[in-house]
Amino acid sequence: MRRPVIKAPVKFAAALVSVAAVLAAATSCSPTPEAAVSKTLKIVYQKTDSFTALDAVMQDAKKEFEASNTGVTVDLQPIQANDDDYGTKLALAQRSSDTAPDVFYEDTFKVRSDVDAGYLLKLDGYLEKWDEWSAFNEAAKEAGRADDGGIYAVPLGTDTRAIWYNKTVLQKAGIPVPWQPKTWDEILTAARAMKAADPNVIPFNMYAGKGTGEGTVMQSFYELLYGTDSSLYDADEKKWVVGSQGFTDSLAFLKTLYDEKLAVSPAEALDANVWKKVFGEWFPQGKLGATVEGSYTPSFWQKGGAYEWAGYEQDMGVAMFPTQKGQDPGGVSMSGGWTLAVGAKSKNPELAFSFLTTALNKKNALAYDINNSQIAVRTDVASEPEYLAANPFVKDVSDLVKVTHYRPATADYPRISTAVQVATESVITGKQGPEEAAAEYDATVRKLVGEDKVLEK
Amino acid sequence: MRTRRFLRLLPVVPSVLLLLVFLLAPVAWSFYASFTDAALSGKAARDPQWVGADNYVRMFSDDSFPLAAWLTVVFVAASAVLGQNVLGLLIALLMTRSRRLVASWVGTAVVAAWVLPEIVAAFAAYAYFNRDGTLNQVLGVFGGEGPDWLYSFPLVAIVLANTWRGTAFSMLVYRAALADVPRDVAEAALMDGARGWQRLAFITLPLIRSSIATNLMLITLQTLAVFTLIWVMTAGGPASASTTLPVLAYQEAFKFGDIGYGTAVASVLILLGMVFGAVYVKLLREQRP
Repeated sequence: MRRPVIKAPVKFAAALVSVAAVLAAATSCSPTPEAAVSKTLKIVYQKTDSFTALDAVMQDAKKEFEASNTGVTVDLQPIQANDDDYGTKLALAQRSSDTAPDVFYEDTFKVRSDVDAGYLLKLDGYLEKWDEWSAFNEAAKEAGRADDGGIYAVPLGTDTRAIWYNKTVLQKAGIPVPWQPKTWDEILTAARAMKAADPNVIPFNMYAGKGTGEGTVMQSFYELLYGTDSSLYDADEKKWVVGSQGFTDSLAFLKTLYDEKLAVSPAEALDANVWKKVFGEWFPQGKLGATVEGSYTPSFWQKGGAYEWAGYEQDMGVAMFPTQKGQDPGGVSMSGGWTLAVGAKSKNPELAFSFLTTALNKKNALAYDINNSQIAVRTDVASEPEYLAANPFVKDVSDLVKVTHYRPATADYPRISTAVQVATESVITGKQGPEEAAAEYDATVRKLVGEDKVLEK
Repeated sequence: MRTRRFLRLLPVVPSVLLLLVFLLAPVAWSFYASFTDAALSGKAARDPQWVGADNYVRMFSDDSFPLAAWLTVVFVAASAVLGQNVLGLLIALLMTRSRRLVASWVGTAVVAAWVLPEIVAAFAAYAYFNRDGTLNQVLGVFGGEGPDWLYSFPLVAIVLANTWRGTAFSMLVYRAALADVPRDVAEAALMDGARGWQRLAFITLPLIRSSIATNLMLITLQTLAVFTLIWVMTAGGPASASTTLPVLAYQEAFKFGDIGYGTAVASVLILLGMVFGAVYVKLLREQRP
């Protein structure tokens, strides 16, 4: 068989052209780092359909910064994802200096492990020269401190958790408002009264299961656990607590709520989007009595929020979550919060820090705290009348800082958190009783961190 | 002569290089990473350490891995080998006997699920099996009250969804195969008094054996790798009731940031695919006399 004759050089040339084309395509889309004349800062942060407050601040900061620094381009790169996926995408971007951001939005409880990973730039030297650093309150400054004692991140705001209740639902059940339960039993009594008054309302919901992820622990289980005489982690000994009565009691409380149908059905609880119904449907429609949620709750309902609801200021009330039997200090709250940090791989650290200070200046911090219903960490913002008048609940939720707790910011925390979520899921679905679920949690923790890092309490 | 042969191969060099860089390199990296404690954050992210077979030892002492492996096998057996394969063959057989109009309508309906991008098909399946979804609304019309499928029967839901989505592929393969079965053989059997099922079992199936093996291999490998469908419908839950190996690998690597363990799970998945592939290839070879 004879092949059609094509001259070899032609083929060779064709091959060369195709290789060249591939190479050209591969190189043309990579950024040019050595653009010394016009510098570019890459800013990475989170943006979702219900969280646009930070995006607005960043847009303003970009304008401000570009106006005062000619030749500098601020490249805003919002990541549209939930908290978990945002963390993953950010960590993946940090792995290469080509994709690592100059300034980024960082969850406080990830600061330590990300410092260990070498993603964050130590800021002490820069902070010394920043006169506004003294305006930040001392407790909030700690959020950015790593194990070596240095500060690596500057807080944007903080939050607390409280009971949010619908006054009309409570009043229908004959419960006087303002309502402030003193013990867990008073919560159950009130919830049962609401159920009796109207079987169609969900009296008192608390998140549980893996569906709501970190919400299950931050806005439900830890309020219970830290109100017993136990805790999750002993920060002095650096050990995880196992075998505590408080853990079992907390699970038993959730079991009572779900078994007596005082909360949503287990199937609804496991839906990752259940919180959207809490804010978007059940509270505004008067179908939910109360739940535990963050101080940022009004941000969903105020003008421009994801679920605008004009009546929330009149209809809603806020109460401190009580301790188990009313023991001191009488209430519990949990705090988290986010920071801005400078990437360790940044090619212009000076400039990056300078942008960070612009984004966190008084004007921008005030706008962010108001629009996102954050608790201010700058004392000059906290005393601003506009901030105090942002919604009727600012004072109540800010006061909770006195009884608040923080999550252990260790690298193995995410797995422990998942183990807690699994325990709550087993209990509300009836797969295990509180004792069994607590025992399985203990076994999981021992396996995860090792015998030498647990503490019987 | 030699140089000519070399020059003739030259045009494929770029594609071979691309295959090496984009297909083989990630697989090799995955195997390498599975022997380290590489992580997304913490000290191990800066400086991953070689940990030997630790990840594999942990895998077999961990409860979640054996469960995920078992769920993967059940998922593949039920939705690919039984669901897609048998249903695809059945539809193809029926189509050869039905009227052309009916056949083309059925064909279009079945292929529609396959034409959809995976993410769209996954959302469609989610909307169908959801608590307030299409299935329960249809049941409601007939007075029945359906359960919350994704919560009470997650594995059944994803098996049905994957069967729905993938049957078209098997159907197309078998339609082509059946079209090649010579009529005279079947007619001769008919003259000899063979009944319908006898003709199917002794004439048709043996004649399309190699198509069956090829089809089984392709759909098994496709189903082993299904991720989007499960992630959108149940995200592996409730608890771990629908966490197959790809979902487990993703959760370990990206939710817990444990790249080392995640890649170890992924490596087992690759091995599993290679075992299935080898078995089917062997079956194919044996058929050629």
